[in-house]
Amino acid sequence: MYRYSEFDHAFLAERNRQFRAQVARRIDGSLTEDEFRPLRLMNGLYLQLHAYMLRVAIPYGTLSAPQLRKLAEISERWDKGYGHFTTRQNIQFNWPKLPDVPDMLDALAEVGLHAIQTSGNTIRNVTSDHFAGAAADEIEDPRPYAELIRQWSTDHPEFQFLPRKFKIAITGSPNDRVVTRAHDIGLRMVARDGVPGFEVIVGGGLGRTPMIGQVIRDFLPVADLLPYLEAIVATYNLLGRRDNKYKARIKITVHETGIDTIREMVEARFAEIAPEFDQTATEATLDTLRAMFAPPPLNPRDSATYEAARARDRLFRAWADTNLTPHRVAGYAIVTISLKAHGQTPGDATAEQMRAVADLAERYGQDEIRVSHMQNLVLPHVALDDLPALYAALRAQGLATANVGLASDIIACPGMDYCALATARSIPVAQQIAALVGALDIEQELGPVQIKISGCINACGHHHVGDIGILGLDRAGVENYQITLGGNATEEARIGSRMGPGFAYDQIVPAIERLLVAYLELRLEPAETFAQTVKRLGLTPFKTALYETEAQDAA
Amino acid sequence: MSVIVTDSGFGPDIAANWTELAPDTPPEALPEIARKAQAIRIAFPGFADGRGFTLAASLRRAGFAGRLRAAGHVLADQYAMARRAGFDEVEISDALAARQPEAQWRARADWQAHDYRAGLRRRAG
Repeated sequence: MYRYSEFDHAFLAERNRQFRAQVARRIDGSLTEDEFRPLRLMNGLYLQLHAYMLRVAIPYGTLSAPQLRKLAEISERWDKGYGHFTTRQNIQFNWPKLPDVPDMLDALAEVGLHAIQTSGNTIRNVTSDHFAGAAADEIEDPRPYAELIRQWSTDHPEFQFLPRKFKIAITGSPNDRVVTRAHDIGLRMVARDGVPGFEVIVGGGLGRTPMIGQVIRDFLPVADLLPYLEAIVATYNLLGRRDNKYKARIKITVHETGIDTIREMVEARFAEIAPEFDQTATEATLDTLRAMFAPPPLNPRDSATYEAARARDRLFRAWADTNLTPHRVAGYAIVTISLKAHGQTPGDATAEQMRAVADLAERYGQDEIRVSHMQNLVLPHVALDDLPALYAALRAQGLATANVGLASDIIACPGMDYCALATARSIPVAQQIAALVGALDIEQELGPVQIKISGCINACGHHHVGDIGILGLDRAGVENYQITLGGNATEEARIGSRMGPGFAYDQIVPAIERLLVAYLELRLEPAETFAQTVKRLGLTPFKTALYETEAQDAA
Repeated sequence: MSVIVTDSGFGPDIAANWTELAPDTPPEALPEIARKAQAIRIAFPGFADGRGFTLAASLRRAGFAGRLRAAGHVLADQYAMARRAGFDEVEISDALAARQPEAQWRARADWQAHDYRAGLRRRAG
């Protein structure tokens, strides 16, 4: 893992001192509310529906046990004893008081954590593959590059007041687990003649105008990463629209200007900027970072205990079948800890749960925890033979839900329960869908299906790229939920198609039930997933299930 | 009247042959401006409009070595950004100077410290 340098620690202390002063200067009137707003946002502090919200960065989704314990402590000391993990690998505290925030930031700094650039019109916290360094399909661990980008983008003097927010995601695997095509810049590692480089994707994004990103450079040598990123963002800073915040994201700039023209402008600027960056020195920096992120030494392990537990314990077997991912080292697995217990708020963890996971990471998981954009936690390196003990400990904390990738592993934005922008509730809909599939006991039979819920058009719940997307809107003061079908969040990213008229709050869960039941009737065989059935048959039979059955029920 | 902010604090304006640049100046016009201008003043109509920072960096990259000024609604909190982007100084109104007095700007006069990019460039030689 990355270890903070003296420079990092000094930077953070100074930054926190500045923020403390900014809070004081807001109170004494030196800063107007309009002026203070972007300054608090670039330090992660939002004003929500009921209170302030502090969004803490978890760089590239990697945490150590002491860091997770500190998050637990902060949630107890200054919040309500829980935190909410987000789709951008952040954690949000929903109830801090403004005068406490500088102290919270100082507490975070004790373990090398911060809330810098988790909000505002800046380059946001860079997200990365939650299986980085452990996945069997990886070309290279992307986190050294993500850390390089963190250092470059932090407090970058040109890019603190961009036209709009700017999100970068990076993956070291051809199998895209970070939704690169829905980011302002997506970096997907590819190999050419055995040499790793990046496919650079620009102009993706969800929100009210969903767009799939386009390839601006099909192969970027890793040593050119920073100057190329700087060229893209500088081009956008001058070209992006500032007259209309709804047209200010780079996806609109790319759409209105054209990818070929944007490419020419970026390449011209890259030619100017590149000489300022020394490739040899960049490589040396990367080597240092690669050494820090070197995989832990994993001794060969037997799997007899694991196999015996599988044979003996049906519940353990069900959990292992859904929550494990193959590790690159034989005898080990990647464990996903579901934060989607049926009936709970997706992505929430209590302080006690955070401490338990930290302890388990130390005992069984090489002291590493990851946060996934699916709002779950991950222990990336666990020996198979330790899994039965790990499972038992997780069960005791209500953390052993066997639903990863299944219908109740739902991404949901905070919605109207917390968010000032929301037009509908998201969390109760997710809770009711989970309760439904639990009551019908059809989750295992349904197999992989991604349901994603957003409580407004800004699409924080990624509904556009779900197998089933749900968008909650306000229709004349009444919540109304639109359904999209056929979205895809992988390297084959696709925006889902909107079905017909939306459903009222008390009708959306029965509608989802009709879709799921229709799938079970329509699929060729159990191995055909929901996404494959939609691809094979198109939307019509699902529209029939959604609307005609409803009419019959009403008749 | 206006106040000129430099690393040493508030000072009076100085006479120069200023070339005025709007924030929407096209980047392709910058090399010629960099060649011909003696002193350049880039307008900041609002503090949230960050185009001036990229214009300044581009002018320095194009070889402009004259006086470079950020003029308008720039906050004390942006002083370090302005200096790092290549500005020599900031020009603010008397009203803003009264609301954000000299000490608040002097607090950022150490703009060369704690700069990630300088660190990257230092390593980049």
